Amino acid sequence: MKTVNLYFQVHQPWRLKVYRFFNIGKDHNYLDDFTNRAIMQKVARQCYLPMNAMLLKLIEEQKGAFKCSFSVTGSAIEQFRQYAPEVLDSFRALAKTGCVEFLAETYSHSLASLSSKEDFVEQVKLHVKTIKKEFGVKPVAFRNTELIYSDAIGEMVSELGFKTILAEGAKHVMGWKSPNYIYTNAIDNRLRVLLRNYKLSDDIAFRFSNQGWEEYPLTADKFAQWVAEDAGDVINLFMDYETFGEHQKADTGIFDFVRALPAAILSKGDMQFATVSEAAQVSQPVGVLHCPHVMSWADEERDVTAWLGNELQNEAFGKLYGLKDKVKALKNEDFEYVWNFMQTSDHFYYMATKWLSDGDVHSYFNPYGSSYEAFINYMNVLSDFEIEIDKALAAKRSRKKDTASA
Amino acid sequence: MRVLMFGWEFPPHIAGGLGTACYGMTRGLARNDVEVIFVMPRASGDEDQRFVKVVNASDVEARYSESKIEGADDLWKKISFIHIDSNMVPYISPEEFETYREEYERTGRKIWEKEGDVWTQRYTFSGKYGANLMEEVARYAVVAAEVAKQLEGQFDVIHAHDWLTYFAGIAAKRVSGKPLVVHMHATSFDRSSSDNIDTRVYAIERAGMAAADRVIAVSNLTRNIVIEKYNIPAEKVVTVHNAVRFAEKDNELPERGVDDKIITFLGRITFQKGPDYFVEAAAKVLKRVPNVRFVMAGSGDMMNHVIRRVARLGIADRFHFTGFLKGDDVHKMFQLSDVYIMPSVSEPFGISPLEAMRANVPSIISKQSGVAEVLDYAVKVDYWDVDAMADAIYGFVKYPALAKMFSSKGLEEVTGLKWNNAAAKIKAVYEDAINECK
Repeated sequence: MKTVNLYFQVHQPWRLKVYRFFNIGKDHNYLDDFTNRAIMQKVARQCYLPMNAMLLKLIEEQKGAFKCSFSVTGSAIEQFRQYAPEVLDSFRALAKTGCVEFLAETYSHSLASLSSKEDFVEQVKLHVKTIKKEFGVKPVAFRNTELIYSDAIGEMVSELGFKTILAEGAKHVMGWKSPNYIYTNAIDNRLRVLLRNYKLSDDIAFRFSNQGWEEYPLTADKFAQWVAEDAGDVINLFMDYETFGEHQKADTGIFDFVRALPAAILSKGDMQFATVSEAAQVSQPVGVLHCPHVMSWADEERDVTAWLGNELQNEAFGKLYGLKDKVKALKNEDFEYVWNFMQTSDHFYYMATKWLSDGDVHSYFNPYGSSYEAFINYMNVLSDFEIEIDKALAAKRSRKKDTASA
Repeated sequence: MRVLMFGWEFPPHIAGGLGTACYGMTRGLARNDVEVIFVMPRASGDEDQRFVKVVNASDVEARYSESKIEGADDLWKKISFIHIDSNMVPYISPEEFETYREEYERTGRKIWEKEGDVWTQRYTFSGKYGANLMEEVARYAVVAAEVAKQLEGQFDVIHAHDWLTYFAGIAAKRVSGKPLVVHMHATSFDRSSSDNIDTRVYAIERAGMAAADRVIAVSNLTRNIVIEKYNIPAEKVVTVHNAVRFAEKDNELPERGVDDKIITFLGRITFQKGPDYFVEAAAKVLKRVPNVRFVMAGSGDMMNHVIRRVARLGIADRFHFTGFLKGDDVHKMFQLSDVYIMPSVSEPFGISPLEAMRANVPSIISKQSGVAEVLDYAVKVDYWDVDAMADAIYGFVKYPALAKMFSSKGLEEVTGLKWNNAAAKIKAVYEDAINECK
């Protein structure tokens, strides 16, 4: 019996507005409300709402034989609450079917796993709490931002009590090994690692509408056949949820494809759908996955250079996490809110200067004219944030002194 | 006295100091009873036209009109705007232009009158510094000749600013027979290191100065370069230091957002302006004093390089970039500053420290700048001497008495640098040139 593990990533960053030097010290609204709302509502209309409705229908039609998993970032949930609450309702409806699993990740879709254990744990706990509150389930499986994974990250995740983690089936890590089996973390063997089958995943996510592709058009039957022919226990199809209706627009036929996929796969016999946690238990691990260096699902290199690959990104990253102790000391929700959205990995992605093989993907997601603009804007916001933190800390200290002397 | 002046930019549409200087100069000339007809490509229509007649080279249409407008200033009761009746050939290459000009000189007949239909089309310049700059320079000269022809008898002397307009000046001189004064605001040797100059630009500069009756240099520094590196006879070259003009509506201080001291660099971020040295000095200062912020205002081909350097030095939270500023933002930036710094590698004059000092900001300037010749109350350092620069910044930040002394004395000093006086010198140059031509 072969298992198909469908997993979708849902994320929207809080985009910063154009924030000039002249704003520093005066203007403490950092977000581009108009763009954030416009994008959220557009993607909700084109992707989240129609897809959620379709998945719900498919689950009902297949009477539980169709399953899938999600991770929804904290910043996406914040934006749903603010701009598109009906999307949250539709996720809740999916959660109720019992056929949909929600994974934990970093609350802000952040790079905290590369900063420190402390930052990482805080981000994960915040996300778990949010998912429990919104969808009524406690996540037991984990996926890190952009599938960033290493042995050490896996160990931290296991310590947090998760049984399963997702990672990229990156060629440079896998070597001759197949991603279609279950592996365990090299440091903590209790943590099971599921690896993305990037070939089959990207057939849908990137190549689906490519008319120059020799396999165009991709039908559900053809795809089901490929899945059936690919040897292994588990086929892990991980992709951005926005693939459906947003990256691949409705007129490419992507929705028809999804509608036909469950039946096509199930009709092959000897194949089943499973959620992430179920898929991780369908068979015994075949071995240990050694991954001493950090990898991700991004770009040709499958590493973290898209976020921390040049001096701009390193500087911004260092300066951001340099504020951690001050933010912690404040214990103020307003500051933590900003602290969270400033951590979002997208800000660092905008500062990337590697434009060779993956320039298209980068510029698609980038609202800035250049990496340098992105950097300047981010640092301006961060500077004002720091000034505000210092002011608030000073005020707090003087209040304490007052009460002490009184 | 009437002067036909060729410029390339004029406020508010400026990319550098040339426009600002032209504005102050024309005002000063007007006060010295010199009428100015200012010719520039693509005047946008919102230039301050109280002091100059802006003739839009992109807009010379086949129409002749003259209207009278009441000037706001009493100095001019009547200002006339002249639309020049002209027939322009829509496209012409530098080579064609050369042929046309030669034939025109030989026969006195305008070649471009041959083809009837093209006349009505408008001749459009792209206006900004562009890839086809050389072509534009050549085409601008065609317009200039036509302008000079149309304005025959209405001016006594021609004044051309910087190499972009030198061909225009030469053309106008040949058409009208009037003396030509060229104004060197910058040389090729300022724009790049001396072994790497643009030879085409150098050739134009040299041709312009050779053809001119007088050359005005904005500083002795520039005058020396003109004499030594362009081989222009010294007696032809006169130094007239720039001045600075201040808007009257000044003193509303913008609200300060940060308590930290602000050290400002304002200018194009190019090799010539020495932005690198500012960054290194900033890093040194930040090691000693935490409550300082550095601002680099402007844009340019070295901007990305500088941003990377700032990031690598780890000072990006204290070093800010504003991008290109114009109009009120420039003034606002000066008012927000506590120290102004101009570390130019080579600066023919450098008007920005004067603007800073006018806004009560003590300034640090490089010794390799023309403005250093006229200022006493500015700290002068070698552009490469990062330690001295850091030292001066530290001094201004840490010792308020020093900053106070430089800002009050500096204001006094800079208030004495009036365009009226500079313009009187320019007028004298005009008179010399005219007398010599007679």
